[in-house]
Amino acid sequence: MANVRVMVLRSAGTNCDRETQHAFEQAGAAVERVHVQRWIETPTMLDRFDILALPGGFSYGDDIAAGRILATELTTRLGESLRRFVERGRLVIGICNGFQVLVRTGLLPGHSPVGFDQTSTLAHNTSGRFQARWVGLEEVQGACVWTRGLGAFELPMAHGEGRFVMSSAKELDAIERSGQVALRYKGENPNGSERAIAGVCDASGRVFGLMPHPERYVVESQHFDSVGRRVRDGVSMNAEAVGMKIFHNGVSACG
Amino acid sequence: MIWRVDVTHCPNRNDRDAQADAIESQLSQFLGRPSGHVASRRIFLIDSDSPRPDIQRAARSLLADPIVEHADIHEIAPSHYAPSLLEIHLKPGVMDPVAASTEQALLGIGLSVRAVRTGRAFTFSQTIEPQLLTDFARKFLYNPVIEQAHLTPLLPTSFAVARQAAFDLRHIPLRNLDDDALLKLSRDGHLFLNLTEMQAVQNYFKHLNREPTDIELETLAQTWSEHCVHKTLKSAVDVVDESGQHLRHYKNLIKETIFASTQSLIASRNDGFCLSVFKDNAGVIAFDDTDAVCFKVETHNRPSAIEPYGGAATGIGGCIRDVLGTGLGARPIANTDTFCVGLPETSSLPPGVIAPRRVLQQVMAGVRDYGNRMGIPTVNGAVHFHPDYIANPLVFAGCVGIIPRSKVAKQAQHGDAIVVIGGRTGRDGIHGATFSSAELTNTHADEFSHAVQIGNAITQKQMMDVLLNARDAGPNDSSLYSAVTDCGAGGLSSAIGEMGADLGAIVDLDLVPLKYSGLRYDEIWISEAQERMVLAVPQQNVHALLQLCQSESVEATVIGSFGNPDRELILRYHNTEVGRMSMDFVHDGIPMPTRKAIVPSNPPPSTSTTAPLPTLTRENLLATLADPNVASKHWIIRQYDHEVQGTSVIKPLVGPQQIGPSDAAVIRPKLHSSRAVVVACGIQPNISDPYHMAVASIDEAVRNAICVGADLNQLAILDNFCWPGVHDERSMGTLVRACEACRDVALAWNIPFISGKDSLHNQFTDATTGRVIRIPPTLLISAIGIIHDLSSCITSPFKKPGSTLLYIRTQADKPSLNEQLASHKLVAGLIANGITLAAHDVSDGGWATTLAEMAIGSSLGASIDPGPLASRDHPLLPRISSYILEIETPRVPELPSIIARLDPSHLVASEILGCVTREDHIHFKLTSQSLHISLDDLRQAWRGTLDW
Repeated sequence: MANVRVMVLRSAGTNCDRETQHAFEQAGAAVERVHVQRWIETPTMLDRFDILALPGGFSYGDDIAAGRILATELTTRLGESLRRFVERGRLVIGICNGFQVLVRTGLLPGHSPVGFDQTSTLAHNTSGRFQARWVGLEEVQGACVWTRGLGAFELPMAHGEGRFVMSSAKELDAIERSGQVALRYKGENPNGSERAIAGVCDASGRVFGLMPHPERYVVESQHFDSVGRRVRDGVSMNAEAVGMKIFHNGVSACG
Repeated sequence: MIWRVDVTHCPNRNDRDAQADAIESQLSQFLGRPSGHVASRRIFLIDSDSPRPDIQRAARSLLADPIVEHADIHEIAPSHYAPSLLEIHLKPGVMDPVAASTEQALLGIGLSVRAVRTGRAFTFSQTIEPQLLTDFARKFLYNPVIEQAHLTPLLPTSFAVARQAAFDLRHIPLRNLDDDALLKLSRDGHLFLNLTEMQAVQNYFKHLNREPTDIELETLAQTWSEHCVHKTLKSAVDVVDESGQHLRHYKNLIKETIFASTQSLIASRNDGFCLSVFKDNAGVIAFDDTDAVCFKVETHNRPSAIEPYGGAATGIGGCIRDVLGTGLGARPIANTDTFCVGLPETSSLPPGVIAPRRVLQQVMAGVRDYGNRMGIPTVNGAVHFHPDYIANPLVFAGCVGIIPRSKVAKQAQHGDAIVVIGGRTGRDGIHGATFSSAELTNTHADEFSHAVQIGNAITQKQMMDVLLNARDAGPNDSSLYSAVTDCGAGGLSSAIGEMGADLGAIVDLDLVPLKYSGLRYDEIWISEAQERMVLAVPQQNVHALLQLCQSESVEATVIGSFGNPDRELILRYHNTEVGRMSMDFVHDGIPMPTRKAIVPSNPPPSTSTTAPLPTLTRENLLATLADPNVASKHWIIRQYDHEVQGTSVIKPLVGPQQIGPSDAAVIRPKLHSSRAVVVACGIQPNISDPYHMAVASIDEAVRNAICVGADLNQLAILDNFCWPGVHDERSMGTLVRACEACRDVALAWNIPFISGKDSLHNQFTDATTGRVIRIPPTLLISAIGIIHDLSSCITSPFKKPGSTLLYIRTQADKPSLNEQLASHKLVAGLIANGITLAAHDVSDGGWATTLAEMAIGSSLGASIDPGPLASRDHPLLPRISSYILEIETPRVPELPSIIARLDPSHLVASEILGCVTREDHIHFKLTSQSLHISLDDLRQAWRGTLDW
């Protein structure tokens, strides 16, 4: 599996690229962090990779709207490269800001054939503020190759614009039917997302985005109550954590 | 022409606009009647020759969200907003990061764009009287220092351009001035130099046989400012008692107290723990065999008093640059923040002062937006409320970094190019350094609005990424540059002056990249524009460095070189020499006169509490938990990303419900290693005696660190002195006593100070009434330590029903430093050997509050039967060096022997307070009565006060 190659995209304001790299490496992949300028200089470079990862952060400051400027850059300057990559069945994951970018490019929930019309958005949280805390999540069994076997679990979230909104209820029904809703918040809905949607994929199940951060829970010491769980239940601080499943799934799906 | 694009929420979607809703309820409260519906809109003003269809395409595909927003395009000012409108636009010249990004994005999709400006607006469904609306806006919506409000839609025909200055070399006649005229020159020129300092300058130029240029005077004012040189703490001091009897003399106060204690500890420990102290931008300690960690805490009080959002944001931004500028550059791994503000519900405000609630909301937002965007977790901090911070709020921003041990040393070399990297230079922040030497009055907001800085975190993030690459980009991971420092207070003047102190430097000011044309040469030199750093780059590496920067769209420019035969600072502009002074005079020419300090013979009692002591009742415990100084700060914590980088282990809120208070943060900077870094703080400004105040602040920081499992021998601390003023001898005496306390504690506890900072002029004069408001002398102590194995860490919430609760305090009611240390050692030992499940210090609110907080975090109850020891201490008042521990009950029989080993001199007392229960309440068995308080009530009291 060491020949699975991941391109972790960087741009001005990306800030979760190193932990995303770490998570993919733990899953056995070879990872390169690539600045978007390098990709624009050589649009074909993406062809060398099996997985494109768009990590969290504040691309271009999230000025105008979260992920907006990077999304525009991808569709206007790298549209062909991206389209070819997705059409060939390669994998894409967008985490938090990366999810915001994918939604704004139109790649999620996506079109057939692959196109760049935005049909959903990640709007401001109903609370009106940025929130950092852990949330309960539940896998929705469907098309997504990234979320298989996750069941119910917890991850940290940290965002101000994470409320998933679809252009119409009809469209929302459609993605539910085609198994493209991959994750829902379990318990409290932290941002007011429609139908508590926390992550969606395209029809192939290979392009996937989610608001919470799986790369921030790859080892037990990252859990908010890791000390309590160690003291009460003897859980090792170095145990592999549930977020890793997503990265293992992605790497396995390349085989 | 200028196009106006209004972006509004789609009327056909049933979306809430949380920001507008909040304003609606504030406005209704302000008006005393329902305000009617409020809606928000974003405004883009675009100076472009592109045709309307292009603007339309940009508005719909880029500026507005196609799903939930709607864009309107105007070529002439719209007139149809009804019935009331309020628009807020930045004043010309104020940094607008969104406008800069938008301009780039518009160019990227093929529009021709000259400039973009952004604004925000609110429309009101009812007519609101203009004066009322203006008053409301001033109070809640905008800051007139940087913004303008409009009641009609703004669509200018052209954008204001910056003031243009023609080159005109100015000499300031100084040699023939008398003392009064020297002082007048200092005041009118905002130099803030005192008479002896002005005389020293005068003598220097008499000696040179010429008058100084304006830029030379400015350079001296910056370099000699309190902010840059710390002239009060470094001054010689005669200490006398109230009768004038000489007690002792310091040739250099801080050097002979705090610095000396560190030097003495470094010598006696001889363990290589301290790697760099008090000389670089941050103190550095060893982390493991390959890496070190550094810590810096800065104050940013003045800018935050005038513009809380920008002040706090640039405060944390500057502190992050300090860490980037430590050694050859450390990678930031954690931020901290501590705020001191007036009481949240203060109703009557001195003129020109911003309400404490708004100050707190804005400083929090500033740290949030900058720290979160930089991708650095904000993991620790504190908020302290006191009425005397009303006009001088304090903002302490801290940053921790990790750096390879091989990169801790740096030295600019003769011949190195001077490279400025990052943001461009504008008029922002001019005179910030000298401003910090001044006392605030209510006219300062106008006079010093140019001292306000607005940050752009993304510019700094890009610069950080490139800098840390360049640090390791040479052969064998060597650095492309030989030294680096940040541009902070004093701008290029301070950064280059500092780096070139031993070499001399030549700078061509024409080469400095500017945000807009028209700056004078002296403005370029002293501007405190953010997000800039200065590198010393060997000539053979210049090309590689500039290429690396260009590859990530970061601007880097050679503006001069280090090293000249006479070690002079030479400044040139338009092929003319505009300044030339010896580095010796710039750095060592400041006269350091001897100050006198009076130390009272009988210090006042150690606490200022004079009110009758409350007894432990249900009401009093709930009221204590609800006190803003005790209450949960989750409202702030939840808006900071404390998870980014994936390194936080003990986060600011802990326990199975993520609501329990955490005493200190623990981070794991290398995920493949079990080593961890602990970060904690202590601040006790309520104690009026400065010596005891300092001891208590250190004690609190140390206790917080120990409560999560810190090793006392692997702990270092930082000082931040914020004083009301040091003009008179008594104030100087309080500063001396605080420094002496720091020295004494450091030596007694073997905990070295590694870095520090001061801000000594925090008083406010109401110019109309003459009333003076002085902050309480405040010392923030920040602690950093290394934990060998994070599996030994614990947290404050109760863990297991049935376990035993132990109260620990010194035998002595008024303990010596040695007795306090024994208590810390005992607790650290009881945690290290694994029998302790939870620990929490007895701080503000006393032991009853400590227990309540441990229960709130765990959702477990407790049954408490205080014995004679706890009964000696007031249940609702802080008790120095005391703790409550949760111990595994089966191991309680081992306790006496373990304690005897850890505290052989019996300096510490302990007693069983009770046990943890499965119940949903705490039961206190008191001599007079029994109390039964539900966890729900405790939780509501503790979390309700600041649930904003």
